[in-house]
Amino acid sequence: MNWEVVIGLETHAQLRTKSKIFSGSSIAFGAEPNVQASAVDIALPGVLPVLNREAVVCAIKFGLAVGAQIAPRSIFARKNYFYPDLPKGYQISQFEIPVVLGGGLTIRVGAGDTATEKFVHLTRAHLEEDAGKSLHEDFHGRTGIDLNRAGTPLLEIVTEPEMRSSAEAVAYAKALHALVQWIGICDGNMQEGSFRCDANVSVRPLGQKEFGTRREIKNLNSFRFMQQAIDFEVQWQINEIEEGRAIHQATVLFDPDSGETRSMRSKEDAHDYRYFPDPDLLPLEITADWIAQVKSGLPELPQAMKARFEADYGLSPYDAAILTGSRGMAEYFTAAVDVCNQPKLVANWVINEVRRSMSEGASDQEGEPLASEVRDGLPGRDVIRIPAGKLAKLISRITDATISNAGAKKVFIELWTGPDQEVDEVIERMGLKQITDTGAIEALVDEVLAANQKSVEEYRAGKEKAFNALVGQAMKATRGKANPQQVTDLLKKKLGA
Amino acid sequence: MSLNLEDVARIARLARIELSAAERETTRDQLNGILGFIEQLQAVDTAGIEPMAHAVDVVQRLRPDTVTETDRRADFQALAPETEAGLYLVPRVVE
Repeated sequence: MNWEVVIGLETHAQLRTKSKIFSGSSIAFGAEPNVQASAVDIALPGVLPVLNREAVVCAIKFGLAVGAQIAPRSIFARKNYFYPDLPKGYQISQFEIPVVLGGGLTIRVGAGDTATEKFVHLTRAHLEEDAGKSLHEDFHGRTGIDLNRAGTPLLEIVTEPEMRSSAEAVAYAKALHALVQWIGICDGNMQEGSFRCDANVSVRPLGQKEFGTRREIKNLNSFRFMQQAIDFEVQWQINEIEEGRAIHQATVLFDPDSGETRSMRSKEDAHDYRYFPDPDLLPLEITADWIAQVKSGLPELPQAMKARFEADYGLSPYDAAILTGSRGMAEYFTAAVDVCNQPKLVANWVINEVRRSMSEGASDQEGEPLASEVRDGLPGRDVIRIPAGKLAKLISRITDATISNAGAKKVFIELWTGPDQEVDEVIERMGLKQITDTGAIEALVDEVLAANQKSVEEYRAGKEKAFNALVGQAMKATRGKANPQQVTDLLKKKLGA
Repeated sequence: MSLNLEDVARIARLARIELSAAERETTRDQLNGILGFIEQLQAVDTAGIEPMAHAVDVVQRLRPDTVTETDRRADFQALAPETEAGLYLVPRVVE
């Protein structure tokens, strides 16, 4: 039987605010346990939550970026469950009326020019608070609770069950990851848990209308694990059904060591959250004026920029997609183009040389270069080491025939290791300047022709290969400093070809 | 609508509240009393009236995004039954 995979994703993006969503505690990562947990965060009696304006701005930005409806009035609700790292006994979230409704994201599945585009619809996105952390080890049979993370602002972004393979799910997660960083609402740091995904996975016989029973894979914090976990889960579900067993709705965890998904022990009524509107929080009102004001501060979005690169610069959809893969990369590209006005050359250099050099340094678990750090300047991650202006200058030295393409690559490597150096200085020092003086090249070509009479005769006798040998000899005589095209042209002229 | 003893036991379990058999009966009667009031409210004709999420018809006041809280861990942990290495200790939770 042929099976169809159905995947929906729920992503928790930690919002890039300074303070918590309902209190004035810091959300800086890496603090000593419980030093960033105020009376509100640890739920002492009598405290009241007060909503952080910036968290709402982040939600509005996101809604605008995905073309969603932003609720003029949304409601905070209590999601009740018992767990020691949730001191109130409920999580403040949104239920019936979330702040962002609908919208969607264009994703690219596959690589190169064979990649296909797909639009993934979003169901909703809502504001909520994070819980604290439970540490189960090393406390002589007790669990340690750190409430620094309790109350950290999150935007939970939920898709429709529209993805049909792990590749599509990963493509969506990557596109969303790039977008939230692009609009500056999330730092995207997956190691620190700033961007975590849950995948709802089910299978059904191809052509069947009804969805199968889904299982939810929790807390996928890398794209590679997401792919592995979904692939394993899909195969497991298909095997279960084919062997005559039913799938039961469950929450599962992915174990990266074994590559397997495993059901968490949970009581049958653990998901009875008894949502109700939080009486401590009044309805959140977002006026059209406020939305317009946020909109005016939004950067050009990746899809729009990609379309512009294709239309104005004649770039292929594939190249334009890579260049708009992160805001840092896109800004770097545009900055270089602004200087040298050679979009296609800059695109080639950024896509090939720059990205290769970056991935030789630090990279994320996918081996994808971390281009966003150009903007962030975050420590411990690799950056594009050559300023855009210098890359542009290097490229203009190719177009004005000062150096060859091969020479430029040598300069590039030198600049990457020592970005303080000046382009012209490096060209000079490495002796890469091409001989452009026609007289000098002509003299050299004459010498080569005189010294290689045999090749000349062979060429005249019709052996094309002999011509290449002559070009090679001439380039050798100039020690690679002549423009190969110029040498070829001169040789042809001299040989009367 | 009214709750039976089983409903009460289930709600108590979700809220991690331990109720004796006698307490379950009192709680059932009290909760059913509250549900009785709600039935009275539901009898009112509210057709054409927009539902409210809060008793007061005002909107949420927002706070500027600034860090205003300082570290008061020592004060708070003085109230906790058990702490270690800056953490609150609780009976082991096994997922």
